[in-house]
Amino acid sequence: MIEIRFHGRGGQGTVVASKILADAVSKEGKWVQAFPEFGVERRGAPVTAFIRIDEQPVYIKSKIYQPQHIVVLDPTLIQAVNVTEGLKEGGWIIINTERKPEDFNFGPYKVATVDATRIAIKYRLGSKTAPIVNTAILGAVVNVLGLCRLDTLLDAVKEGVPVKPEENAEAAKEAYESVRKEEQ
Amino acid sequence: MRKVLMGNHALSYGATLSRVQVIAAYPITPQTQVVELLSEIVADGKLKAKFIRVESEHSAMAACIGASAAGARAFTATSAQGLALMHEMLHWAVGARTPIVLGNINRAMAPPWTIWTEQNDSLSQRDTGWMQVYCQNNQEVLDSVIQAYKVSERVLLPTMIVLDAFVLSHTYEVVDIPEQEKVDEYLPPYNPPYKLDPDEPHAFGGLTGPDGYFELRYIIEKAMEESREVWRETGKEFGEVFGREYGLTEEYKTGDAEFLIVASATIASTARVAVDVMREKGKKVGLLRIRVIRPFPFDEVRECLKGRKKVLVIDRNVSFGFGGIFYQEVKSAMYNEEHRPPIFGIITGLGGRDVRVEDIMEMVEDVERREKPEDIIWKGVRV
Repeated sequence: MIEIRFHGRGGQGTVVASKILADAVSKEGKWVQAFPEFGVERRGAPVTAFIRIDEQPVYIKSKIYQPQHIVVLDPTLIQAVNVTEGLKEGGWIIINTERKPEDFNFGPYKVATVDATRIAIKYRLGSKTAPIVNTAILGAVVNVLGLCRLDTLLDAVKEGVPVKPEENAEAAKEAYESVRKEEQ
Repeated sequence: MRKVLMGNHALSYGATLSRVQVIAAYPITPQTQVVELLSEIVADGKLKAKFIRVESEHSAMAACIGASAAGARAFTATSAQGLALMHEMLHWAVGARTPIVLGNINRAMAPPWTIWTEQNDSLSQRDTGWMQVYCQNNQEVLDSVIQAYKVSERVLLPTMIVLDAFVLSHTYEVVDIPEQEKVDEYLPPYNPPYKLDPDEPHAFGGLTGPDGYFELRYIIEKAMEESREVWRETGKEFGEVFGREYGLTEEYKTGDAEFLIVASATIASTARVAVDVMREKGKKVGLLRIRVIRPFPFDEVRECLKGRKKVLVIDRNVSFGFGGIFYQEVKSAMYNEEHRPPIFGIITGLGGRDVRVEDIMEMVEDVERREKPEDIIWKGVRV
């Protein structure tokens, strides 16, 4: 079973990102469970969402305390919250940032970066001041973690967004192609 | 069709596939999405139903009762304070023998204001005469709505489909959405023996004195008793049509189990994982999940508990001054049995406190160490 935690801010589409990823992996026959941090959300406040992916039905219903990987939709969260809390050794940290993976030092973890903000603005997803980066970051996630095929993700993106399905899919594709991974 | 659905939308799909004709509801967190989606489906013309906006949950249930009395299939959904406000009408729905289905998202009661899960809201309605189904995943939520109409319309008693706030209501899971044709085959249109009809007037619910009321209550109890077999039958038939069978209870690795965990809702689902882990360590432990608490599954519970060395009942609820409600019920069901195991009651997870696999394993270890049963053992409370 793979467990991933998403860190974002209210309004970036963090919960929707986990839902679209769930749709995508489910399309390839996997079992999946996606959920937000249970409670109330506010625009701009730190938000977390979770996903479990398995070859068998997922019975466990508790929260995720020790994810294998994390996804950070807003790089300013790295200072604001302990994003690596409980993260298992060797896990990936996928960050939306213009910086290179080498610019980060996360000890036992691997870093991948993608400029999802630039991509979201390019495809006019959200506004320039508050771009919605969730679909772009998913392209990077699928490339780095190989959870499903890109085509499957793009289908899930087109079906899962309320507006601009083609632009969102293009953004995911561009992020898939432009994600930078730390040298192994 | 496989689709990733949140528990709230599993309720909406279940109601839509059941071709409900009247939906009356008032919004409340964490239920609102249930009727939000239904209102869209109705507005888009995908479901021929009347969506009635009301000013309170009390009115929502009143509208459902009126609709059901007129022969319509009625649905509503609520949670916590909303369900409490319906209380008077819940009794009315039973007395009027209206087979309404209600989705209740288990949310702890205020004060203090809270929105997280606990079973006290629905269990406080245990004695109204509503049948109650506690679901462990979103597939079961959808399936149970369809099954509930079939049972309710046979025995003329309403059913509450209960799911945990957030843990199911806002959690996305893979759900197989049955084909409409198959649902239509399984669940024919509601055809009540009596209904409000201007062309053939009847009086309903009029003043009844001591020489009539008693018998009406007796008949309700008989209907509730009859419903046990109807739940079993329709659950089996559900399996034949849709490939997923449901009973009043569900057993997991109980065969040679010396230690039995009894749980409900999503805690039972997590307990299943705990059973697997403990089995790997050589512990003979099994799980009995109580799915339907009204009607109480006496036969299933008695048969399953017979001969166990120890039984642990986990409750995410509390009847103040007594203890866990599932615990009380299981214990009292066993009292007249010749061979009754010691039964321990643990209360945990109130107000949505997370219950993990490790917590359940610790509960089992705690009970293993104890010699004498205790009515209330607290797990995870910080005092």
